[in-house]
Amino acid sequence: MLNHRFLCRNEDLKEMLESNKESLKLEAMKRIVGLIAKGKNASELFPAVVKNVASKNIELKKLVYVYLVRYAEEQQDLALLSISTFQRALKDPNQLIRASALRVLSSIRVPIIVPIMMLAIKEAATDLSPYVRKTAAHAIQKLYSLDPDQKEHLIEVIEKLLKDKSTLVAGSVVMAFEEVCPDRIDLIHKNYRKLCNLLVDVEEWGQVVIIHMLTRYARTQFVSPWREDAMFDENNEKAFYDSEEERKVEQTKPYIMDPDHRLLLRNTKPLLQSRNTAVVMAVSQLYWHLAPKHELSIITKSLVRLLRSHREVQYVVLQNIATMSIQRKGMFEPFMKSFYVRSTDATHIKTLKLEILTNLANEANISTILREFQTYVKSQDKAFAAATIQAIGRCATNISEVTDTCLNGLVLLLSNRDETVVAESVVVIKKLLQTQPSQHSDIIKHMAKLFDNITVPMARASILWLMGEYCEHVPKIAPDVLRKMAKTFTNEEDIVKLQIVNLAAKLYLTNSKQTKLLTQYILNLGKYDQNYDIRDRTRFIRQLIVPNEKSGALSKYARRILMAPKPAPVLQSAFKDRDRFQLGTLSHTLNSQASGYLELSDWPAVAPDQSVRNVEVVEPAGAPALRKSKTAKSNEKFYSDSEEEEEEEEEGSSSEESVSESESEENSDDSNKSSSSQSEKSSSESDSEKKKKTLKNKKLQQQKPDILIITYLPPQIMQKTLLLIIMTKYILIHIVLSISTQFFVNCMCSLLHLCVFLACQFDVVSWHVHVSLQASSPVFVPETSHELLHRMTGKGLSAQYRFTRQPCIYGNSMVSLQLTLSNSSDQALENIHISEKSSTGQNIHRFNAIERLEPQASVTVSMGVDFNDSTQAANFQLCTKEDEFSVSIQPAVGELLLPITMSEADFTKEQEHRAG
Amino acid sequence: MIHSLFLINNAGDLFLEKHWKSVISRSICDYFFEAREKAVEPDNVPPVIRSPHHYLINIYREKIFFVSVIQTEVPPLFVIEFLHRVAETFQDYFGECSETTIKDNVVIVYELLEEMLDNGFPLATESNILKELIRPPTILRSMVNTITGSSNVGETLPTGQLSSIPWRRAGVKYTNNEAYFDVVEEIDAILDKSGTTVFAEIQGVIDACVKLSGMPDLSLSFMNPRLLDDVSFHPCVRYKRWESERVISFIPPDGNFQLMSYHISAQNLVAIPIYVKQNISFFETGSSGRLDITVGPKQTMGKTVECLVVTVHMPKVVLSANLNATQGTYNYDPVTKILLWDIGKLNPQKLPNLKGSLSLQSGAPKPEESPSLNIDLKIQQLAISGLKVNRLDMYGEKYKPFKGVKYVTKAGKFQVRT
Repeated sequence: MLNHRFLCRNEDLKEMLESNKESLKLEAMKRIVGLIAKGKNASELFPAVVKNVASKNIELKKLVYVYLVRYAEEQQDLALLSISTFQRALKDPNQLIRASALRVLSSIRVPIIVPIMMLAIKEAATDLSPYVRKTAAHAIQKLYSLDPDQKEHLIEVIEKLLKDKSTLVAGSVVMAFEEVCPDRIDLIHKNYRKLCNLLVDVEEWGQVVIIHMLTRYARTQFVSPWREDAMFDENNEKAFYDSEEERKVEQTKPYIMDPDHRLLLRNTKPLLQSRNTAVVMAVSQLYWHLAPKHELSIITKSLVRLLRSHREVQYVVLQNIATMSIQRKGMFEPFMKSFYVRSTDATHIKTLKLEILTNLANEANISTILREFQTYVKSQDKAFAAATIQAIGRCATNISEVTDTCLNGLVLLLSNRDETVVAESVVVIKKLLQTQPSQHSDIIKHMAKLFDNITVPMARASILWLMGEYCEHVPKIAPDVLRKMAKTFTNEEDIVKLQIVNLAAKLYLTNSKQTKLLTQYILNLGKYDQNYDIRDRTRFIRQLIVPNEKSGALSKYARRILMAPKPAPVLQSAFKDRDRFQLGTLSHTLNSQASGYLELSDWPAVAPDQSVRNVEVVEPAGAPALRKSKTAKSNEKFYSDSEEEEEEEEEGSSSEESVSESESEENSDDSNKSSSSQSEKSSSESDSEKKKKTLKNKKLQQQKPDILIITYLPPQIMQKTLLLIIMTKYILIHIVLSISTQFFVNCMCSLLHLCVFLACQFDVVSWHVHVSLQASSPVFVPETSHELLHRMTGKGLSAQYRFTRQPCIYGNSMVSLQLTLSNSSDQALENIHISEKSSTGQNIHRFNAIERLEPQASVTVSMGVDFNDSTQAANFQLCTKEDEFSVSIQPAVGELLLPITMSEADFTKEQEHRAG
Repeated sequence: MIHSLFLINNAGDLFLEKHWKSVISRSICDYFFEAREKAVEPDNVPPVIRSPHHYLINIYREKIFFVSVIQTEVPPLFVIEFLHRVAETFQDYFGECSETTIKDNVVIVYELLEEMLDNGFPLATESNILKELIRPPTILRSMVNTITGSSNVGETLPTGQLSSIPWRRAGVKYTNNEAYFDVVEEIDAILDKSGTTVFAEIQGVIDACVKLSGMPDLSLSFMNPRLLDDVSFHPCVRYKRWESERVISFIPPDGNFQLMSYHISAQNLVAIPIYVKQNISFFETGSSGRLDITVGPKQTMGKTVECLVVTVHMPKVVLSANLNATQGTYNYDPVTKILLWDIGKLNPQKLPNLKGSLSLQSGAPKPEESPSLNIDLKIQQLAISGLKVNRLDMYGEKYKPFKGVKYVTKAGKFQVRT
């Protein structure tokens, strides 16, 4: 009947869908979505619904999409009818329509359309709209789950999308990367720095994914920032306090953090302020797994802040704090009070807080914690009270000063009215007594008295075990207890029975006169027990203790077997070994490996090649910024009046000149001619037949000297460079549009050279363009040296440095510097050297210490600095026997470059590689 | 990531399901129901539940369980945070997030869920963008819609998602340009029996209601930003400005949003606005007890304490209460064992007092534990930490907006142990 009615209803829905009225159709679709939401089956309406896929009404269309995605898998043939609509929409001029078409198309899980999807994804990945590219990144995962065979092709798309500079795309593509090819870490290298820099602007969900991925990446690429003896799982607590010793070790083995490693830490730090708890947790785990230990403390506050959030958030955060607090008490100790339990907390929150408080307990704060625990024991929540008693037990074993206090407190709890509290206390007391039984025979006696009132099996068993173990301390009571137990044996729980057998055996061995008969009685009862464990145990005990002809050598040792001193149990946290999982993950929360969990690798012993992350300088986004900072700096230094005049002159003139011939040397003659305009002129001339028409050939000509520099560059870079040049007014440039390219064969060509050019312009007297092919010796070396240390600040020692522009003999990536040290004081300076510590990440090749520098004398030494291809200043300490001076060298971009010359053919080839 | 979502009410009825990948049978929820039964209280349900092939991550909000199904490793907070965001969106759209409103607006709910996740990965979660995609229902619109058959889906497609300011839509226009900020501080405290503070700290938020035309660039500065110990911001705030100048600089989303939340550390002395004298005792014999509570003002900075409510969670054996309140009304619920005393405004001249006897279940032993008191209160025009907004400047637009700041102090988790 019901079924029938349902069918009828579907009939009228079908009618509505087939009507001409938009409103009826919409109404029908709304009802269908309602059915889907309730989990009812509406699949038989598929043909009627799919007809509306091309509807003009946006809402109707959206609802059809919802339906389609839900049922396409079941009705594959019919679903194919809709594909062409989406294919058409993929070409729509509106980016949002393209995106939504791709979204739905990729959500239709029909294997036949895999090739169509692949094609659509590839196309969307190169779409101009970042929103469409984002959708493409999502579609990658969908296609991968539909057909894992497409992996190789999809990786190609991922590779392409990883290069994307849009913050919209970054999160989604990393997600796709994590799902499809998390092991292809090599795809990340080139994008690493970009991802770090974009991170702050990525939307919050993407941030979480990227941070987790970068954590894994960093663990494979950088060396450990943790000092050797403070390693993670070792006895770090000790190491933590012995910082003196560590420092010595550190001195012998200086650790310099990879600048990329530092970049990651620096760029994630502000995200600790995010409102999204998942982001904060992600950054915290990143710091936990990657940061040097002394920097870890900054995450504490943020984690504690999350405790104000929802119950579920608290649960996860507390779990992670529990794991952290085992290894690093110091981190959370100042915030101990934030973990105080409120009566309104949920039980699992309470237990976690308790766990953390226990982990944080030490000699100094234990009295406060115990006072707090006293309140908890009285809680109405009995499970929590029981957990508190366990926690007290743990504190008592860990901190020997309070063992007695705790024990006394627990004994008081034995008279508590609540059974679970008493039982838990007994169990904990049992564990505590094992550490020092002889002093506590009165507690055992007290427990024996309580025995009749305790009904919880575990507690009864514990008392019996204590009796047996320490029967020599309570010689009168133990046999009496055994007598009582013999009476009730059959009614006891299994664990109690086992302990009765144990007690009997032990008493038999120590006091056989009084207990022989009792023991035999109990063993007989046990022999016929229903539980095979108990029958087994009984049989075993009988053979062991009762001497007869069959029992062999073993019974001689029975006493030593049963009464052997037993080690006290170690009470430890349940979170002890949770740190095998990456913090913040599902696996960590569950304490077991979830499917798809990616192991965090150990630090590599030796750092892998750092240069893999280097990105070519011809990166439009990065390069100009560098130059700008550089030029702005030098502005004041090299600015001169004469130049300004020339500049004005230049601005005034506007005539354009086309230079159509000449090699550089010759060119010097006509270079004094009128200047040209500096504005960008589109090359409407005839060069279209040679080059891509986007390329422009520019001739930069300096007025006074005799050089000519031509550079072929992608237009946007050229534009920026030129603008910079003009803006900063260093020099006069003539931009001459060339008609043909062939004349400039011997000129400096690449952007690199333009930079060199720029850097050298400041004090150029003459500039010759080098012609030989492999040439790397500089044509011109500026004489100017820069001040490193003034004699006033240096207490008489002054230092000047200059860039020699020679290839550095200390290493390929180093820049060689010449340092002139002079003593302007009236005393000799001794032992001048560079301190071992380098405060920034740069690698510095120090000069040999100068033993003695006489007054008014000066000496020239050379050194090498690896600036890591950045204009970041190298900071180091210049030391004399008495003093230390902090100095810093800031390189100009040009000084970082290596001059090369190449033929035009080579240049064109290079250029094609780097086309914008 | 997130595979499916099930909404389940307190009675255990599954009333909505949504799948973002292949359909997962609703029988997966049996694992949840099992855990739910074991937990007794809905609050005690573990947020992460394991089943042989899936993981269920759930939140409990407004008497609804949001149960999401996960298949592979994912940061649990990611899912939890997202589910809360879903609940907040419903609240934003329908005024409240309840079973009835969700059932009434099932189509909008479905459309929202469709936009919020793509293949289980969050797509659009900003309320400003969602509202452009799907218009929130109003009574008028739903009437017009039924008559004319027009839709509640946005006609024009949103631009915000595509811009670099994804939280604000373009082309906002108001005739009255106004920006209001509410500084709301909550005192979290635990007081012990004798009235000494065991633990106290202040948690604050700044809620904003900004209705400004165009693309205003606001900056908000404080008289005493050093007070703020730890802060978290809406994504619109520029971290760098805060780091360097302690100024909150941002392009605001349109409408209501939470600008920032902050924490004033426990190291600073926290003023406790009231004191509570209480005496709750149970007699050894006669299955009865006595209760006597007096509340008085302590450090109120000259302001009046309002909306004062005292809640007592009584032990299970307390059957009824026969009390006399000098001010306000009291109510004892014998099922939940909660005694609620609604005092209202605190009058320093005549301190409110609640006194009387409690009757216990006969024969039951006297309860061991003493119940703790939860206090709720409100003080208008006061930020208890002393935080003050200095000024609000607007750049980027020409008009002069109307600006306002309001301060409120409330009791957060304010507990008195007995």
